[in-house]
Amino acid sequence: MANTFSIEEENVSRVEGHGDLVLDVKNKKIEKLQFRIPESPRFFEAMLVGRKWDTPSHITSRICGICSVAHTYASIKATEAAMGINNINDQILKLRKLIFHHECVQSNVLHVYFLAAPDFFGVGSAISLVDSHPEVVNIALRVKKMANDMVRIIGGRAVHPIRTVVGGFTKLPTIQEMHQMKEMLQAAYPDLENSLEVLKTLDIPDFERETEYISISDPVDYALYDGNIKSTDGWEIDDQDYLDKINEKVVKHSTGKHSWASRDAYLVGALARFNNNYDQLSDNAKQYAEELGLKPLNYNPFMNNIAQFVEIVHSVDDSIKLIDELLEEGLDEDKAIVDVKPKAGRGVGVVEAPRGLLIHDYTYDDEGKVEKANLIIPTNQNYANIEKDLEEMVPQIIDKSEDEIKLACEMLIRAYDPCISCSTHFLNVKLVNK
Amino acid sequence: MSKPKVGVFGFTGCGGCQLEILNLEDQLLDLVSAVDIVHFREAITEYSDDYDIALVEGSVTTKHGVERIEKIGDIAKIIVAVGACACTGGLNCLKNLYGLEKAKDLVYGDKKDWIDTIETKPIDKYVKVDYMARGCPPNRFEIVDVIRSLILGRKPEIPNYPVCVECKRNGNTCVYELGMTCLGPITRAGCDSRCPNSVSGCEGCRGIIDNPNVNAQKDVLEEYGLTVEDIMENFNLYNACKKIEQK
Repeated sequence: MANTFSIEEENVSRVEGHGDLVLDVKNKKIEKLQFRIPESPRFFEAMLVGRKWDTPSHITSRICGICSVAHTYASIKATEAAMGINNINDQILKLRKLIFHHECVQSNVLHVYFLAAPDFFGVGSAISLVDSHPEVVNIALRVKKMANDMVRIIGGRAVHPIRTVVGGFTKLPTIQEMHQMKEMLQAAYPDLENSLEVLKTLDIPDFERETEYISISDPVDYALYDGNIKSTDGWEIDDQDYLDKINEKVVKHSTGKHSWASRDAYLVGALARFNNNYDQLSDNAKQYAEELGLKPLNYNPFMNNIAQFVEIVHSVDDSIKLIDELLEEGLDEDKAIVDVKPKAGRGVGVVEAPRGLLIHDYTYDDEGKVEKANLIIPTNQNYANIEKDLEEMVPQIIDKSEDEIKLACEMLIRAYDPCISCSTHFLNVKLVNK
Repeated sequence: MSKPKVGVFGFTGCGGCQLEILNLEDQLLDLVSAVDIVHFREAITEYSDDYDIALVEGSVTTKHGVERIEKIGDIAKIIVAVGACACTGGLNCLKNLYGLEKAKDLVYGDKKDWIDTIETKPIDKYVKVDYMARGCPPNRFEIVDVIRSLILGRKPEIPNYPVCVECKRNGNTCVYELGMTCLGPITRAGCDSRCPNSVSGCEGCRGIIDNPNVNAQKDVLEEYGLTVEDIMENFNLYNACKKIEQK
């Protein structure tokens, strides 16, 4: 029994980027608990100053390889808002939603199958899974390839898309590629059904802590690309007014800033989207959610993994619908991009990155060069909430062995899928014995 | 012959290079079985400091990073820099261009002393780099080719001709004809001209070829009524470290 111990773990693995957890427990009481990001900051807000309006999306895409589409569009939307572009046509919007779905699938697959599943199967990594659960690895690789190919076809590349620019697309997919995408999507269903059976067998830790869940929200779409900012604490605001609710501060133990809104911490990501936007999920995705025991409002952060899987199902369903509509309307190269006339102004772009709410806020000068930029990254927003979860969970499992406590803490942090390269980084658990 | 032990290491960057390795899809399992991956923080919990080949992504931007890269230099027999941040310093060099102290003031204000950050440098400023798989993101097939070559004990073939060669072979309309700018004439090929293929100008993410025909680039600019200044914005995206060095 571990009455007094300390855990100091450096570089909690299988989280993109790097982070540390320091946990100091004396006589079953937490003396110190810090989840910290000692990683190198990147200074994107400085890098953007002075750049011409068509480059910020290319620069900020490089904040995160896993969320490159989301950063690209938070950036593009901020620039379009600043330049007063309000004639983005339906074709562009649908293609944007389509590529958004598949970055989310890419990332959710990576997280559910490769980064989180090894914990549930009791193996060290996805590479160990190759021997222990080859069928799971093969499903994951197939679904991931499908999503990568979708992003490649629409964006020109699986990571850091090329064709996605301010005003629209530099090049459209061909009709043949549209049909090819639809076939790829339809072929994914057997893998999703098999995944469902596997996921039903997982023993998800039984831990709940009520907190505030924030995401974007739309009356029709399960919002990823566009919507108001909405909270489970009962408020909803226009995305341009994010500063009315979202606050940030620098904390000493982390290069990632901490955020708060209505209370001391909030959660963003798949579970927040699920909690706010359940009604807009496809019927099929709702069915999957039900079979996996996920209902809104859910307060178990470990269920974030299940919400990510439910989102994969929704994204496949909705993509087929979007492709059918685009095929019916026909693709028109003349409508691939709208004119941009640079002007001075401020604009905010808010989207859902796979890990949650992502905000870019730019001010441009008369020449269309960035004067000021503010970026609010999903992982940073979750830091404070992760600390609060750990503070509540550790006393509940304090009688377990040190190794079990350490693993539970790691699993909790991994459930959030913190993408540390975002802010730019991630995780070591330190239990410190004194 | 025993399998080479490989470590994959991330420094300051977006993680996209390691993601491109995971994105190998059909070839990933073959790659995993051909080598012994002993260190890969993004994907594996267990790790070892006994490796032959180090694949390194990201730039060195912290004091802690300097210690880590020097340790890798002591252990690895072969170091492969993967991606623009490791090879040229990449986008991270925009921080140097803006000014380190100014950047700290802007982002962290009066809390700036809490932050460990130094001038961005590519990894070959600290250790001997044997091969470079360039680009942002790198071409994942080139990464495989480098690893395959190392297993077979031959030298990987990295192109030393400009992107224009690949672009012409792909039958693209020159993007200058479409009113855009492009660094294709001086940038190292090996990406299959993927940006021009998508009707976008090359941004030089693979760095400049060894003996760039600068005059050819100037001729192209002149032909379209442009100046060097018109392409500097793009040149600086991935090559700012080089520019600062040459000053």
